[in-house]
Amino acid sequence: MELFFSQILDGLSIGSVLLVSATGLAIVFGLMGVINLAHGEFMMLGAYVTFVVQSIFKPMGGVLFELYFPIALVASFLVTALVGVLLEKTLIRQLYGRPLETLLATWGVSLILVQLVRSVTTAMMLGIVSAVLLGLLALRFVAAKVADRPFFPYLRGVLWAAALAIGLAINAALANIRPLANAWFGPRNIDVTAPRWLQGSWGKIAGIELPGIRIFIILLSAVLLLSMLWFLRQSVWGLRMRAVTQNRQMSNCLGIPTDRVDSITFGIGSGLAGVAGAGITLLGSVGPNLGASYIVSCFMVIVLGGVGNLTGTVIASLLLGILQSVIGSGSILIAFPNLPASVKGVVEFFATTSMSLVLVFIFIIAFLQFRPNGMFPQKGRSVEA
Amino acid sequence: MKLFRRLLPWILLAFAFFILPVILDDFRLNLFGRYFSLAITALAIDLIWGYTGLLSLGQGIFFSLGGYAAAMYLMLNTKSEAGGNGIPKFFENYGVDQLPFFWQPFWSPISTLILIWLIPAVVAGLVGYLIFRNRIKGVYFSIITQAALMVFYHFFNGQQKLINGTNGLKTSTTELFGMLVGSADMQGWLYRLTVLLLPLAFLVCRYFTSGRFGDALIAIRDDETRLRFTGYNTVPFKTIVFIVAGILCGISGALYTVQSGIVSPQYMSIAMSIEMVIWVAVGGRGSLVGPIIGAVLVNYLRSLVSEALPEMWLFVQGALFIFVVVLMPDGIYGWFTKGGFSKLLAAFGIAPKTPIYPRLDREVVPVSEGRAISKD
Repeated sequence: MELFFSQILDGLSIGSVLLVSATGLAIVFGLMGVINLAHGEFMMLGAYVTFVVQSIFKPMGGVLFELYFPIALVASFLVTALVGVLLEKTLIRQLYGRPLETLLATWGVSLILVQLVRSVTTAMMLGIVSAVLLGLLALRFVAAKVADRPFFPYLRGVLWAAALAIGLAINAALANIRPLANAWFGPRNIDVTAPRWLQGSWGKIAGIELPGIRIFIILLSAVLLLSMLWFLRQSVWGLRMRAVTQNRQMSNCLGIPTDRVDSITFGIGSGLAGVAGAGITLLGSVGPNLGASYIVSCFMVIVLGGVGNLTGTVIASLLLGILQSVIGSGSILIAFPNLPASVKGVVEFFATTSMSLVLVFIFIIAFLQFRPNGMFPQKGRSVEA
Repeated sequence: MKLFRRLLPWILLAFAFFILPVILDDFRLNLFGRYFSLAITALAIDLIWGYTGLLSLGQGIFFSLGGYAAAMYLMLNTKSEAGGNGIPKFFENYGVDQLPFFWQPFWSPISTLILIWLIPAVVAGLVGYLIFRNRIKGVYFSIITQAALMVFYHFFNGQQKLINGTNGLKTSTTELFGMLVGSADMQGWLYRLTVLLLPLAFLVCRYFTSGRFGDALIAIRDDETRLRFTGYNTVPFKTIVFIVAGILCGISGALYTVQSGIVSPQYMSIAMSIEMVIWVAVGGRGSLVGPIIGAVLVNYLRSLVSEALPEMWLFVQGALFIFVVVLMPDGIYGWFTKGGFSKLLAAFGIAPKTPIYPRLDREVVPVSEGRAISKD
């Protein structure tokens, strides 16, 4: 029975990571109708930011190292939020009202992010930065003169292509200099050492060990969720976000700057993914492919919970986390040893991580037959028939 | 010019069938055989996405199901693959001494030929009906099909005893008609088979996209709610077209498997299925020529880039996704047919020939006399 409860605790902590990440996905989806396939890669970015912060603090040692994790959490939020805002302003904005195309474009972004983390070197970074700067400069230089000419869009394309080519050339030239050509992370998994106060147990309740890391993650997600609720309910921007979610055109008419609301929402959503990624580093080693393994679960949370309502997201993510962990570990067998043989066989068949996913999916499809719009569907006139 | 246009498909077909096998070496020919079989999948995705507006991110399911069916038939009917019990050797590694019941039909070539498309059809029908019945559409449909894909991926990956798990099934060492499937001769014949089946798939797609059925599909894509309000039940339309796409993917998967030499759960990875969509997007959705161009072109590009700079491919692919979606939403074929080229020339001051307006040879109907004006 104790094992059973510790499995539930495991499930809760995985569910909390899912919750934080899926909340980010859900507010973006609710507001903009955009599914961000790069959301998992934002989690990965958050994890790598945590790794970088840890590597900076490691040589300092002592008390400072013990304190690195809170700093890493903030850093991963800020960095991923920044990347998110950038992505929204440059790409997502252009695809407004075309959700399926956005899906594909964000997948492209996720591919680039994965490969970037795998193979980024100082040389490559310098190449990218110089290409972007050159492109912007060239545009600034040229745009003033010929911006109104019909061939300008094509010229812009040519200019960017040229800037990219120069960036590639710089990368190739610098790649011969040894220290600049070393990969920052490489394709292998990285490990983050948890500070000492997180390792080990945080005491016992009714004979059940409370592993520090898991409790910390659960508490962290609770705090994040509450602050998110506070933000949505009490702050000015939260009010605007809710207004745009309900009726974009009307909000626009009433003077709400919808494009800034979009940027802020996308930033917060991405930032939440980053924090979730930072949390994942505590649960095990992380690699460039981290995103892919969590993203589908996040989608399932949205499908199950419905959008526009955080309650649905909370229940769905915790439910999915616990179900996967309890079924996948086979601890039902241990908790209830006296099951009849036929049931036992079925339970055993599904008692692996991958098979538990299969079962959970079947459960979701069955659930959708009764509640096609999730547990807490949006209501009202603005909802599409 | 008109005659040339009518003859062009036949010329291309004859070129692919007679000339390409002569001028390409075995390796390249095999690559093109794979591209053409992937083009069938692209056609299928165009049918459901380009024409019906259903972006499925799970076509890899049907692709692999077809592939597994073909591979198992080859495994069962090759003497060198058989272990002690007369069943493929890999089963012995996991202590399985009897062929699992669902593999039994694959002893016979006839039932295999049927099951290659029947299994994907049944799965597609079931999944499709359950989703469409609840009016799940748009991005919801996309992410549910993606989840379904992941479920199949995990199932095939985790079931070592039944399906050989991660390792997949190898076909290159099996025999067909007394020939090694991996041999150059056999691959040449498989290439020719693919070249014949691709136009057939094209005709199937044209059949479904023309006439009243095709009109209904396009109406579903453009405004499903309005179509429903005019009294159509859209569920059967969507289910049928999803089944047809599943069948085409199954056949394509079988062809691809025998030419690439292996089928593994990797064909069901999330990345592969989204990649299939981008072939269609690059070529041009909403037309039947576009997907074929896209599939061949993107995969050719892939081979080129991966041979030269393997780690660059993901960058190129990601950039391709973004580029096509933002700047070329109609794809290459759509860009040409919608006058992209003449627009480009016009931007640089080379004006296209404009017809005299109003055209004298056609009666001009005033808008007020009942020509429908589109809402937007």
